[in-house]
Amino acid sequence: MSSDSALRGKAWKYGDDVDTDVIIPARYLNSSDPAELARHCMEDIDATYASKVSKGDFIVAGKNFGCGSSREHAPIAIKASGASAVIARSFARIFYRNAFNMGLPIFEAPDAVDEIEAGDRLSVDMERGSLRNETKGKEYRFTPIPPFMRELVAAGGLLNYIAKRKKGI
Amino acid sequence: MGMTLTEKILARHAGRDAVAPGELILAKVDLALGNDVTSPIAIRAFRSLGAAAVFDRERIALVPDHFAPNKDIKSAEQVKMMREFAKEFGVVNYFEVGRMGIEHVLLPDQGLVVPGDLVIGADSHTCTYGALCAFSTGVGSTDLAAAMFSGEVWLKVPETLRIVLSGHPAKWVEGKDVILHIIGEIGVDGALYKAMEYAGDGIEHLSMAWRFTMSNMAIEAGAKNGIFPFDAATKAYADGRAKRGYEVVTADPDARYAGEITVDLSELEPVVAFPHLPENTKPLSQVGNIPIDQVVVGSCTNGRIEDLRSAAAVIRGRKVHDGVRMIILPATQEIYLQAMREGLMETFVTAGAAFSTPTCGPCLGGHMGILAKGERAISTTNRNFVGRMGHPGSEVYLSNPAVAAASAVLGRIGGPDELG
Repeated sequence: MSSDSALRGKAWKYGDDVDTDVIIPARYLNSSDPAELARHCMEDIDATYASKVSKGDFIVAGKNFGCGSSREHAPIAIKASGASAVIARSFARIFYRNAFNMGLPIFEAPDAVDEIEAGDRLSVDMERGSLRNETKGKEYRFTPIPPFMRELVAAGGLLNYIAKRKKGI
Repeated sequence: MGMTLTEKILARHAGRDAVAPGELILAKVDLALGNDVTSPIAIRAFRSLGAAAVFDRERIALVPDHFAPNKDIKSAEQVKMMREFAKEFGVVNYFEVGRMGIEHVLLPDQGLVVPGDLVIGADSHTCTYGALCAFSTGVGSTDLAAAMFSGEVWLKVPETLRIVLSGHPAKWVEGKDVILHIIGEIGVDGALYKAMEYAGDGIEHLSMAWRFTMSNMAIEAGAKNGIFPFDAATKAYADGRAKRGYEVVTADPDARYAGEITVDLSELEPVVAFPHLPENTKPLSQVGNIPIDQVVVGSCTNGRIEDLRSAAAVIRGRKVHDGVRMIILPATQEIYLQAMREGLMETFVTAGAAFSTPTCGPCLGGHMGILAKGERAISTTNRNFVGRMGHPGSEVYLSNPAVAAASAVLGRIGGPDELG
């Protein structure tokens, strides 16, 4: 978590149990092109997101974000939409793995989530594990990313990690 | 310290004597699978590694089932990519249209998953094989690519939630009702990051088909897997099919559980999940008057021969309501053939239902029965999220096959007892 450890943007706020079918509806899964998926990201709960999101923005949501299908198209669509990270109370487990495997940072920060409102300006320091709501002038700590996840990220994602390990045997 | 079923299977596959919840392990996989939606991303990732071979040609399964038979040109391209990859790398278990089925019904039926296995699949309903006393869980395409290359997967050992079943289910109550009831009780994240392990003497009243349905929907409670103990029914199912030898795993008496819930099966009635989450459940008697436009019987959740028999028994000699489209999707070619032999297909077609070739189709809003704005379906599938079966303004209710069939006749959600 080196040079890009500071993230900055505004919040797009959603509720609990945001599922993968609304993150990227199955009718678009006949493609895996990131740019095309990004055009339909969040379409079924927020038709404005894909056209109005700015690079660096954050998706902020309640509990169990990414529940439902295993489609990696979900973190791919979010990442390609320009969002820099997802901040939620909790994540569904397959989405959690997929996000790390794809290199999309995600953070569990329940206190921050409760107080963030749509449009708030946020900055996140991944290295320090802190989140600042600049609009409200409040700072939060979030659950540090487990060491194994940091290894994955440091190796450049899961595939590189596995390839390196295989060579080492 | 004793281990749960999940901990034992994970320990074995990590080459360890014991594992404990929270530990990260690298485990060997017995089978890795993908479908036509998830495999293209995995194949591209696999190719980026420049590997000359897959880890084991016989331990990868590629099943085009979601949008197959190809619903459009893009879907055809995705399946073509799978087919060519399977041929190039000699992947034995590629299942072509006409010989295929819905992955989670097909693979156990073919004996490609056996008790004690560790299986990962780039599909969230990979947890289905827990019914066989195997550990199986859904992962993403990148995990599938890594497993196709290395034969391994990283996993965090989950805590286990024990679910003790007692009693005998009443008439019209099926495995689907038991799992919908549990999800209704604990919520769609009630077992988040956890294993669900079934126990208790109620299990002996659950057929393998019902157990598959229950393990299948573990993900709808947020669980990593949903596992049943090995018993006579498991043995009878596996012994006729298993393509590999297997070892029986049992939970230790002193295994540690993160929690326990109990379900008296005799107290349940059929359950219906209302839009737009599987946790929005109501007992059938409290559903009220809900007119429907479409009924779907099928999917990896309820597309087995037992499910078709259940729906056919209700609809036999009756007609699908004028305002309703009923669509039956047997999960595999073998089930299709069996439904034909038993006269189930004739029962459905005579009643005015459509009988489809195997596909996931409408379950995820792919094809073969998409809903328009404002339309409402009752379905034996697994998810009722916003837009799941079509337009974001449509609605999906989830039920067992008998209730779905009765609803098709009534034109509204109702049970077989209302048919008189």
